[in-house]
Amino acid sequence: MEFILITGRTIDQGKFKEHAKITEKYMESVAVCEMHIDDMMKIGVRDGDNIKVITKDGSVVVKVKRSKRIKTPGVVFIPFGPWVNSILPSETEGTGMPQLKGFKVRIEPTSEPVPDIKELLLKTYGSKK
Amino acid sequence: MQVVSGVLCPFCGCCCDDLEVIVENNTIVDVRNACALGASKFMEYATHRNTKPLIRKNGELVETTLDEAIKQCAKILAEASYPLLYGWSNTSCEAIKVGLELAEEVGGVIDNTSTVCHGPSILAIQEVGIPGCTLGQIRHRADLIIYWGSNPWSAHPRHLERYTALSEGRFQRAAWKRYLSRLILESARKRRYRAAGRVLKGGAAALPPTEEERRMLPPPEERKLVIIDVQKTRSADLADIFIKVEPGGDYDVLQALRALIRDEELDVDRVAGVPIEELEELADLMVNCRFGIIFFGLGLTMSVGKSRNVEAAIKLTRDLNMYTKFLIMPMRGHFNVTGANIVFTWQTGYPYAVDFSHGYPRYNPGETSAIDILSRGDADAALIVASDPVSSFPRRAVENLVKMPLVVIDPCMTPTALMADVVIPSAFVGIEAEGTAYRMDHVPLPLKKIAEPPKGVLPDAEILQRILHEVREIKGVS
Repeated sequence: MEFILITGRTIDQGKFKEHAKITEKYMESVAVCEMHIDDMMKIGVRDGDNIKVITKDGSVVVKVKRSKRIKTPGVVFIPFGPWVNSILPSETEGTGMPQLKGFKVRIEPTSEPVPDIKELLLKTYGSKK
Repeated sequence: MQVVSGVLCPFCGCCCDDLEVIVENNTIVDVRNACALGASKFMEYATHRNTKPLIRKNGELVETTLDEAIKQCAKILAEASYPLLYGWSNTSCEAIKVGLELAEEVGGVIDNTSTVCHGPSILAIQEVGIPGCTLGQIRHRADLIIYWGSNPWSAHPRHLERYTALSEGRFQRAAWKRYLSRLILESARKRRYRAAGRVLKGGAAALPPTEEERRMLPPPEERKLVIIDVQKTRSADLADIFIKVEPGGDYDVLQALRALIRDEELDVDRVAGVPIEELEELADLMVNCRFGIIFFGLGLTMSVGKSRNVEAAIKLTRDLNMYTKFLIMPMRGHFNVTGANIVFTWQTGYPYAVDFSHGYPRYNPGETSAIDILSRGDADAALIVASDPVSSFPRRAVENLVKMPLVVIDPCMTPTALMADVVIPSAFVGIEAEGTAYRMDHVPLPLKKIAEPPKGVLPDAEILQRILHEVREIKGVS
């Protein structure tokens, strides 16, 4: 199913990035997708399940979290971080700034695990020689 | 035990300078007055610290000496034909100044993190100017405070308390009491709705809202808080008025407000999902306030429209000055991103995305900006200072960044450092090294050194000076 993805800051994302981005706490704070309960029911997932978020640039597995803040079905939120950035488009339309909020993504349930930071880097960008 | 007072927080653009840090045997044991983000930085900075210079050999990062790491970094930069020097917003102005000198020496491109935050705001300001002020003026005088596409509760937690709605100004009262009453009212409403859900057919929806719930605007003489965003953030819970805009609809709403404050009628029921009555009410508030301010965040710069959204917001502010005093300010993220823009401009004439490859500074965001250079695959080496582009850049840009020789100067092992060829640990600016930072309203403030860095770990400015010296040695420049 298609959704509009918003990225942004959260207090936990800000707090745990200061604990170092290689920690589990940081991963738990940013490798999550907040969704409206109606949307979760539509794609058949429950709080804490894994989902695959797909764009034309790639896909990433994150955990789904029921949002109390998103009031409109069709809009999902993922905090800033390497997980969401690994699927974002790089086009800047001559401004130097890619569009990091409000673009279309496809979301589907998955049984694949959420990769930790090292697995994510290895899978997305390969190993450094 | 030593209590260091008047410490500046090196986290966000608020640059709160009233922190008290308690130090015992060179260890920070407590911090007072900081928000959750600032406290996290002071209390955790030493936990996952990298203290050893690293160099990549046979695919693995292994320990090396500082001299070797600096020599290798200088060699990479000196041999590159188009190196990218990126980061700079989490370090001191003194380090940025040396970085600019280094960029000129190696004929590279130097860009700071505003390229992926308020770069579009800078483009808009260069088009139409900006009516700005200091945060002190807002604290003492503003009676209408608008946050547009910004969630200070999460990104700048003390902004409301130190500078705007919740601050006690000379001519404006803090709105704490009102927000607490609203909180109590809201929790009573939730209890009533839950009870109604159990009793009434149709549940809570059958219970009409009370007049108090419908509109809880303070009396005209009190300062008001308006939040405009695509979702009801925690900041919106504090607001007197919350306006929910459809994603990508900010430009439409801004232009509709420009029309409404000129008393023009709009022949539509809604604009980007916002009922026209709500916009008319906001336009009335704007025109009738005595001193208004719009703080705008990445909701405008990262959404479709980008610099045009900011341009429309500035033009709205300009139009409002025909009726009253109105100002506008970007909510800057990193503690010294404003300083990076200022030092870049002093030294080169341009605030970010500066290209020295022709021997003189050129500026053309979209061409000379970091994301575009990396996405095209133009750069052939990179030096990253106090930043983590592997976490904050989009995929294609990162794919090309990690392919090239990559040097990272950072106190922590970031995802970018994990993919680097040379890693040089540096002292935490504002904790282990002093310097200067600029607050989001362009006020320069001193950063304090409150603890000694680990043995052998130098501040960014000193590391960069040594790299610059080595580059000049390689190039035979005295």
